[in-house]
Amino acid sequence: MTFAATELATATNENLAHISNTLIYSSMAVYTLAFFAYIAEWLFGSRSKVARTAAALTAEGDAAATARGPAVTVKSAGGTAVLERPKVVVRSSAGSRDVPDGPGAHGGDEQGDLYGRIAVSLTVLAFLVELCGVVARAASVERAPWGNMYEFNITFSTVAVGVYLGLLALKKNVRWLGLFLTTTVLLDLGLAVTVLYTASDQLVPALHSYWLYIHVSTAILCGAVFYVGAVGTLLYLFKDSYENKVANGGKPGRFATSVLERLPASASLDKFSYRVNAAVFPLWTFTIIAGAIWAESAWGRYWGWDPKETWAFITWVAYACYLHARSTAGWKGRKAAYIALIAFGCWLFNYYGVNIFVGGKHSYAGV
Amino acid sequence: MSKTTTGTTADETPAAGHPGAADDDLGAAGSQLSTAPTETAVPGSFGGNRAPGLAGRLAWTGREIIGWVRWFWRQLTSMRVALLLLFLLSLGAIPGSLIPQNGSDALKVETFRQAHKTLAPIYDKLGLFHVYSSVWFSAIYILLFVSLIGCIVPRTWQFTGQLRSRPPGAPRRLTRLPAYATWRTAATPEEVREAALTVLKQRRFRAHVEGDAVAAEKGYLREAGNLVFHIALIVMLIAFAWGQLFKTEGNKLVVEGDGFTNTLTQYDDFKSGNLFNDDDLAPFSFNLKNFTATYERNGPNKGTARTFQAAIDYSVGADGKARHDVIKVNHPLEIGDAKVYLVSHGYAPTVTVRDGKGDVVYHQAVPLLPLDSNETSQGAIKVMDGYTDPQGKSEQLGFAAFFVPTFAGAGQGSMFSQFPGLDFPVLALGAYHGDLGVDAGVPQNVYQLDTKNPNLKPFKDAKGNIFKGRLLPGETMKLPNGAGSVTFDKDIKEWAGFQIVQQPGNGWALTGAVAAIVGLAGSLFIQRRRVWVRAVRGADGATVVEMAGLGRSESAKLPEEIGDLAALVHDKAPTQTDTAPEPDGESGSDARAVAEGAENN
Ligand code: HEM
Repeated sequence: MTFAATELATATNENLAHISNTLIYSSMAVYTLAFFAYIAEWLFGSRSKVARTAAALTAEGDAAATARGPAVTVKSAGGTAVLERPKVVVRSSAGSRDVPDGPGAHGGDEQGDLYGRIAVSLTVLAFLVELCGVVARAASVERAPWGNMYEFNITFSTVAVGVYLGLLALKKNVRWLGLFLTTTVLLDLGLAVTVLYTASDQLVPALHSYWLYIHVSTAILCGAVFYVGAVGTLLYLFKDSYENKVANGGKPGRFATSVLERLPASASLDKFSYRVNAAVFPLWTFTIIAGAIWAESAWGRYWGWDPKETWAFITWVAYACYLHARSTAGWKGRKAAYIALIAFGCWLFNYYGVNIFVGGKHSYAGV
Repeated sequence: MSKTTTGTTADETPAAGHPGAADDDLGAAGSQLSTAPTETAVPGSFGGNRAPGLAGRLAWTGREIIGWVRWFWRQLTSMRVALLLLFLLSLGAIPGSLIPQNGSDALKVETFRQAHKTLAPIYDKLGLFHVYSSVWFSAIYILLFVSLIGCIVPRTWQFTGQLRSRPPGAPRRLTRLPAYATWRTAATPEEVREAALTVLKQRRFRAHVEGDAVAAEKGYLREAGNLVFHIALIVMLIAFAWGQLFKTEGNKLVVEGDGFTNTLTQYDDFKSGNLFNDDDLAPFSFNLKNFTATYERNGPNKGTARTFQAAIDYSVGADGKARHDVIKVNHPLEIGDAKVYLVSHGYAPTVTVRDGKGDVVYHQAVPLLPLDSNETSQGAIKVMDGYTDPQGKSEQLGFAAFFVPTFAGAGQGSMFSQFPGLDFPVLALGAYHGDLGVDAGVPQNVYQLDTKNPNLKPFKDAKGNIFKGRLLPGETMKLPNGAGSVTFDKDIKEWAGFQIVQQPGNGWALTGAVAAIVGLAGSLFIQRRRVWVRAVRGADGATVVEMAGLGRSESAKLPEEIGDLAALVHDKAPTQTDTAPEPDGESGSDARAVAEGAENN
């Protein structure tokens, strides 16, 4: 390449980097709008005053009500076939409460629902803008956008939102996640553009490997999914104690009632986070192994107890603990949930803590 | 541990190990849906009644001991202890990530020792400077793996038993199962069972007729996957341990133009596992043709390395053919089990030393160690023999060398490099003479002059200070009193640090890893479930079909699947509409379901 061509390329890259920054800021603005729309959804939703949990839990002994409780009819085929088809009666296993899922943040309120839909649309828009920002960044540095913590953060939040929108597209009941998600995404991006910002640049030689692409992209995806699982787990804990209180005749506060009534039942939240965590666990296992393969070609050993490796291992063992706890009697429910939160804590520490407090071979380009 | 404190709580009863099996009346139908070990209660005493006399006492003690050993083994291989050990393992791994470790950074450990005089001995006692090879950490993972083996063996056994036996017969009341469907049909019970059997077999269930019902099961791969996963963990651990025992790892610094032969004596430093044998070193040699580094010239990351590569010629065996290759950071040279990695680099300025008569006594490229990311480098030039001072006395010379590839300019700050590339190289030397002390038997750092050695005296300049000089390439510095001269030659070489690692067992570790992921995916994504279809003739002559499913874990998929299966069977044995009332709503069996549901809650 001639000198002039190099100059030109540098200029293009700088332009792209500027475009990327503008896009990231714009996406933050749209996320903020989405955030307010979700707030509006929750506010309008608070007008509905259906105490489903109490109705379901205090109906104990009332034969008619209990019979209605577990008997959920599943219509698996549309149209006329339903008439022809035998109905399937679903019954939850002994020991779990039969609480119906809440209606979602809008609480059945029409205006709330409208704001919820607006919020989701805005989230889609913000996601697309952010995605373009990440792609522009990648183009400006001519490599995958995860060479430093700034890039890691913007990619991470994009993927997390992508996971949420993906679940929505699959018609999963996850709209209740929206507010929590946009809040964290805004925090994450805020941190990225202020504290962690690193001007775009290329990689040090140790990072030139296609295993990097595999290892880091799966790590980011796992993190995003673990995060979604952790939100589910946290809400499960709240909802579960709420249900316990109601079942024991207690009277939770008005705010708690208003919010928690609208969330899915604790059993559903628990199941949701279990599925999410279980589904990515093999991918996380793969991530660690891919990392080991990369380390083997870069540093001559596949496992060296480097702090980052150690914490990835700790996270892995903690999630294995959680999965074991789920299949062990006496450890289901709240105890397992605590383990899941600890496991996610380990992941977070590995992501931020190790880079900032510990160091080791995995810190590049400043942070 | 006292016997009485190991209490049994309600959820430790065996049945609670299986969701859905908590309903006692499911009986055998819910059992063995997995091979997870069940928690067992401890009796008050294993010995039972003690017969009078010595024989009785001995027999009792024997029963007691065997009982306790067995109890201990059961505890160790229980899920609860596995959970505890897993938890301990992750907890135990933490200190090693926060405290400097001998294995990865011995220098940091030394600094830590200096800084924490009281803490360091305590850490030493606890093995906290080498956590991952400490007694307690090993104890945790060895116990975990004993537990794992103790868990896998019976589970594999149990699983093969399950594979050979048929799915258990239908429980008495199918309405109690998590997913249930029923309808009435004009087809005979035999026809319905036949139809159900066909449908289930088509869907690759293992199915057979038992009594008035068809029993079917699917998803055995879940269990197989789970076992494969746990076995793969053991394979990985063994491969890792094997690798550690036979591993060799050594470093060699090679200046451009020089070479290396893979024998013990050639290494700068060398570590090997306990079972390694010298003959195991792969026979090869290589020459470093040249080393290339490029650096970012502009922008905020100016000076960051962009490429490192070492062009080499190598040959395998005693007199193999010479081949060419380029070793890069992520691209080691592989020869058999051995890999040659490029791990470090630096400069090696060529220096010529002459004695007072002008005879060359030293001419070499001297590798220097970088001190910072801009390659400010330091080292020592040691002229061991061949030098005689102007008085004709045989002496040794030593120079403390300081080198910067890019000098800031005279009078511009200190002697620190501004850029890692060779833009403005300057070599600074401090001169000493006397006895270098290298023959004293104490191993010496080749990159350092032992200036504390009383026999090594500095040359003095006119003011009585240590004689020093700064040289540009090609310049010569004259030593005082006609003691000779030093020339900084124009030919500045680079050196590359290679790590040569030979570790067997990598293939096994990788195989284990792949098997672990495949097994895990099977274990987590495959549902193991049972389906029963019962057909009996009702009082009114129509056939009542009942269909129900039970899974290892509750899943939304199970009711869907039952719905699909029911629809398929229903096609062959459709609802009898003319005589009987609507199948849903208030039909006889459905009403029973409602009533039972109510009584159970
Ligand atoms: C080396 C540490 C271990 C790791 C990383 C590990 C990991 C896992 C994982 C990820 C699962 C899948 C969870 C699921 O299917 O829901 C699992 C299942 C299981 N593990 Fe382990 N495990 C370990 C040691 C053990 C030990 C020592 C035992 C026996 C005491 C054991 C017994 C089981 C059983 C019975 C299951 C199946 C549970 C079920 O059917 O759902 N594991 N393990």
